[in-house]
Amino acid sequence: MTAYDVERGDGVHPGQPVKVDRYTAGARVNHWITATCLVLLALSGLALFHPSLFFLTGLFGGGQTTRWIHPWIGVVLFFSFAGLFVRFWRANLWASEDGTWMARLADVLGGREERLPEIGKYNAGQKVVFWSMSVLIVILIASGILIWDQYFAAYSTVETKRFAVLIHALGAVAIICVWIVHVYAAIWVRGTIGAMTRGQVTGGWAWRHHRKWLRELVGGGKKA
Amino acid sequence: MTNSWTDIKNTDLVIIMGGNAAEAHPCGFKWVTEAKANRGAKLIVVDPRFTRSAAVADFYAPIRQGTDIAFLLGVINYCVQNDKVQWEYTRNFTNASYIVKEGFDYNDGLFTGYDEARRDYNRSTWDYELGEDGFVKSDIDHPRSVWNLLKKHVSAYTPEMVERICGTPKDKFLKVAQMISECSTPTKTMTSMYALGWTQHSKGSQNIRAMAMLQLILGNIGVRGGGMNALRGHSNIQGLTDIGLMSNLIPGYLNIPTEKETTFDQYMSTRGFKPMRPNQMSYWQNYKKFFVSFLKSMWSDAATPENNFAFDYLPKLDVPAYDVLRVFELMHEGKMNGYFCQGFNPLLSFPNRKKLTTALSKLKFLVVMDPLQTETARFWENHGEFNDVNSGSIQTEVIELPTTCFAEDEGSLTNSGRWLQWHWAGGSPPGENKHDTWIMAQIYLRLKKLYQQEGGAFAEPILKLDWRYKDPGVPSPHELAKELNGSVLADVPDPNDPTKMLLQKGKQVVSFAALRDDGTTACACWIYSGCYNEAGNNMARRDNSDPADLGTFGKWSWSWPVNRRILYNRASADLNGKPWDPTRKLLEWNGTTWTGDDVPDIGPTMKPTEVGPFIMNPEGSARLFTRGMLRDGPFPAHYEPFEAPIANVMAPKIRGNPVARVFKGDMEQFGEAKDFPYAATSYRLTEHFHFWTKHSQRNAAMQPEFFVEISEQLAAEKNVKSGGWVRVWSKRGSVKAKAVVTKRIQPLTCDGKTVHIVGIPLHWGFIGETKKGFGPNSLTPYVGDANIETPEYKAFLVDIESIPGPVA
Amino acid sequence: MVSFILPPAPTTDVKTTYGQEDLIKRSASNISPPARQLTPVAKLIDVSKCIGCKACEVACLEWNDMRTPVGVNTGVYDNPHDLTPDMFTTMRFTEWVNPESKNLEWLIRKDGCMHCADPGCLKACPAPGAIVQYSNGIVDFDHDKCIGCGYCVKGCPFNIPRISQVDNKAYKCTLCSDRVAVGQGPACAKACPTQAIVFGTKDEMKKHAEGRIKDLQSRGFKNAGLYDPPGVGGTHVMYVLHHNDQPQIYANLPNNPRISPVVELWKGATKYAGLAAMAAFAAIGVIHHLVTGPNKVSEEEERKAEELAGKGKTS
Repeated sequence: MTAYDVERGDGVHPGQPVKVDRYTAGARVNHWITATCLVLLALSGLALFHPSLFFLTGLFGGGQTTRWIHPWIGVVLFFSFAGLFVRFWRANLWASEDGTWMARLADVLGGREERLPEIGKYNAGQKVVFWSMSVLIVILIASGILIWDQYFAAYSTVETKRFAVLIHALGAVAIICVWIVHVYAAIWVRGTIGAMTRGQVTGGWAWRHHRKWLRELVGGGKKA
Repeated sequence: MTNSWTDIKNTDLVIIMGGNAAEAHPCGFKWVTEAKANRGAKLIVVDPRFTRSAAVADFYAPIRQGTDIAFLLGVINYCVQNDKVQWEYTRNFTNASYIVKEGFDYNDGLFTGYDEARRDYNRSTWDYELGEDGFVKSDIDHPRSVWNLLKKHVSAYTPEMVERICGTPKDKFLKVAQMISECSTPTKTMTSMYALGWTQHSKGSQNIRAMAMLQLILGNIGVRGGGMNALRGHSNIQGLTDIGLMSNLIPGYLNIPTEKETTFDQYMSTRGFKPMRPNQMSYWQNYKKFFVSFLKSMWSDAATPENNFAFDYLPKLDVPAYDVLRVFELMHEGKMNGYFCQGFNPLLSFPNRKKLTTALSKLKFLVVMDPLQTETARFWENHGEFNDVNSGSIQTEVIELPTTCFAEDEGSLTNSGRWLQWHWAGGSPPGENKHDTWIMAQIYLRLKKLYQQEGGAFAEPILKLDWRYKDPGVPSPHELAKELNGSVLADVPDPNDPTKMLLQKGKQVVSFAALRDDGTTACACWIYSGCYNEAGNNMARRDNSDPADLGTFGKWSWSWPVNRRILYNRASADLNGKPWDPTRKLLEWNGTTWTGDDVPDIGPTMKPTEVGPFIMNPEGSARLFTRGMLRDGPFPAHYEPFEAPIANVMAPKIRGNPVARVFKGDMEQFGEAKDFPYAATSYRLTEHFHFWTKHSQRNAAMQPEFFVEISEQLAAEKNVKSGGWVRVWSKRGSVKAKAVVTKRIQPLTCDGKTVHIVGIPLHWGFIGETKKGFGPNSLTPYVGDANIETPEYKAFLVDIESIPGPVA
Repeated sequence: MVSFILPPAPTTDVKTTYGQEDLIKRSASNISPPARQLTPVAKLIDVSKCIGCKACEVACLEWNDMRTPVGVNTGVYDNPHDLTPDMFTTMRFTEWVNPESKNLEWLIRKDGCMHCADPGCLKACPAPGAIVQYSNGIVDFDHDKCIGCGYCVKGCPFNIPRISQVDNKAYKCTLCSDRVAVGQGPACAKACPTQAIVFGTKDEMKKHAEGRIKDLQSRGFKNAGLYDPPGVGGTHVMYVLHHNDQPQIYANLPNNPRISPVVELWKGATKYAGLAAMAAFAAIGVIHHLVTGPNKVSEEEERKAEELAGKGKTS
């Protein structure tokens, strides 16, 4: 039986050190498109969010371009993220050890992983990021379309748009915060970034952070 | 207008009936708002529709179209019954006390002398009884005094009868009557503002008379803030009538001779205008001076005392008038083969469009002179259902001569208040457009040349026409205006002092007072005399000072006659010459002469106790009883429109106006209420000016598409949705339109029957920037007013149905 | 004196255009108080005098050199049907039966920018200087700076600005600031044949309105009054209404307009709290890293992995 969190392309290469395939090239490209979009969206969105950040419109060639390009990037992000969602949603389903992991958050933050249960491909924190992103992106695209006046002005009332623009702002703040957590975690947990650049992590990394997943891979749970 | 636009600000009560001033005359309407804002004046609107004027009125009363006479005679009856009469005015300034000939009567809707076969009256009894001194007998208490006859005549028009005929609820009628009757005091005045809502009926002249009579018994004629104020529809339509573009007139309301008046003496014999009361001025006694001066202006040296000033050169009328209906009738009969159409769009303007198209198709040639493209010029072009003609079968040759717009030429425009306002060209004409004067001059010069080369029957009137313009090809507006003013042709010595000259050859005459009947003066239009005299172009004056602050503006432009701003202004003062209302003083007799803000409408030294204020009438007084001067009665009487939803309740056997002319074949084209149950009316909208502004993109955007207006009740009955499509048809044609379902039109109850009203505005055609549409003239009947033949556009019958919209 | 001709627009302040020194508010910017104070101006629209002739609409199109498309009739006189980027003002016609008198009243209201003292559009605008308010009260759009985001539409309590599909910029009535700057009144007021639209200083207009209201009250409109809604700090376009107690009967003129609380929240607390939240998250990361240091894999963990991998099949 295949473990729920072993994804296509995951695999182990014995050696010194052991190399573990974590993300396929497709997943990585998909991720970085999404990541780029998110950063551009944050920059263009923030430019229109607070007057002190309006200068950021300069990155896009001015206010008019920023205004029209932002929603199109949003559309790209939405579909790009949809790809990530299809790839990753099963591995991000909640597991029994995730509750324990969450309960021992102090140990997580203190780096005392020996006190944590063995974790599959994603820990509870990563899963929270994943699901937060998923939900927020749906909220943002929906509220974004309501205020995308160039094409959709006629389809909702001004009052609806007022709520939409507020929700869009709040959602954007939330997703940027989630993104900060995501990026910081990747930096703090050394050896992580390679997973999204070369697609591989070391065996020790997998042992330390996702031992259950590693065991599953070694145990032949490898997907064809 | 008897008064001027600016004078309306002096009124206490404005009654808009037979018009829609706010809609059709928004700029002039400002003086109504001014009276309301500064004098606390009230505004009453009586109209079949709740109009834009009604939107700002103090009181609105509905009325069925074509029943205004019943309403107004009802108001007169109310005033008589409640003694709301300005008695001093009525007794002294009107013919109320004159005795009418024995034999005059009114029964069953007809006056004495009706001849059904001729559709005309023998009017011999419609006159005054003369005394042995030759003057009219006067005794207001006499049973046949005008006053007693009037009293009897209006007594039938009780509030109940008004409600029955007009559909105006009794309480609303009484409220209007009461408000109006308050203006019978010498210090309160009412102004009447009317337009085509009164004229475009088969009894249009009598509609206006009815109000004029009411205004007279209230003492509201000749005073500030009073008067009969006709709101003219085009900026220069007043000028058109003044200059005599009517087929039976020559300039200044002089008559074209009829074919029975073959000699000058014969013509003048009925134009003596001997005073009918002692001491009266009877100004038309000067007729000969104006007429001879006109002939001199036409033919100059060729008009001599020996040839009766070329009287023979004038055409003689074989019919009462070649009005538009007769012209198109003749065309329709194939008797008129060529048509010069100058600044007119008859295909959309005259009634029964089907007949018009047939008539135009029978022409050999049609010349259209217009600054804009007109439907008339394209009557032969197929535009689908909007102009469904078979172009191939039409042989008429159409020649278009593009002319200039008012803003592209110089000249004067005469406004409703008789002000001749000079204007200057604001731009150059586009393309090959030419001034009308250039075109007319070119045609004349070419005709003259042909006559010179080839001769022809009776060439003299053409060959000898006085045409001494600096550039004969383009008479200048100044030259023409000077001609209208008149000039001196020969020195006239002062009879009291032969060393002095009364008139000096070559000078402009100062006014028509200087005109003479011996051929020493020329004047093309006597009432315009004074507009361009030796003082210069008085029409170009732009001094807006108004010393009395009562809207006189005596130094702004020039007003005919002799710069008089309010006609009959002597009537603004009582019998002794004291103003009725000192706060609105217009003229005052200071014991030796008339003084005041306006040019007196009477000799400046004529004593108030002797000479009556209405100097144009040989009686010296105003007429409540018009003698035989109108064809359809010395008093107005209620007649239904030719197409009416109910029978005439006063005289059920009479259809329409009993003396209105109906051409053969047109009577059968009138619809019956059983087939066409709804009372239709036509009107203009403020967003457009006739058929011009549909060429202007911005106006077109303001009111883009042809529509008809109906009540919510009729819409429910006929399953019509607002904004949906309807078909409206009469016995003469059918139109498709959008439906505007509105509370502003309400069904009326007339003689126990529910009458639904269908409103049809008229600005759409098949060319221009607006959506293509129809005009009401596809539906209207071919009949006009009994006196002046203005077509009956305001009251006719239609049916209506909901239809699916055109497939896009 | 012909009394309906009001005193001309204040000419003491005449200058060919307004500049930065005339601004009292500027979108997405903090500015210092203006160097000079212009006299507050106002346009007064007397609905009771309006005959709905649309001369103001055409004058507006003419002055601003605009054309609006020829539309269709939809069963009402309201053409054009609504404000557009090419139509800064439009007449709204309402057929209202007065429940007291049972009489029909045809209420005709000229709709357009109200030039609020507290403009919601300006508050919502993210582009610095795209919306400005001069010290005479005129709220104006600077199209060079407008980015076309449509936030002004959401900020406006009167639903006035419209975004052009052609150049993606917001448009609305300028109160003819270009005319007012040189001492002229707005084009609509100039064209109005009944002086239902008048223009002058705000004080003059209020005084003029008092006279009009007294006149209306004398004609039985006991609730006649001036519409100068305090919820937006008053407006520089005011109405005289015969029924000032129920402005909503005039084609939904807001009863008590104010900038929507949603917009206030969005442009107020959210703006600051949002930035703070993001900053806080970033700061916590930095501090955490400083405190705990990096989370590294040890050699032993690598060996354990090799050991585990060794048990399995080699690939």
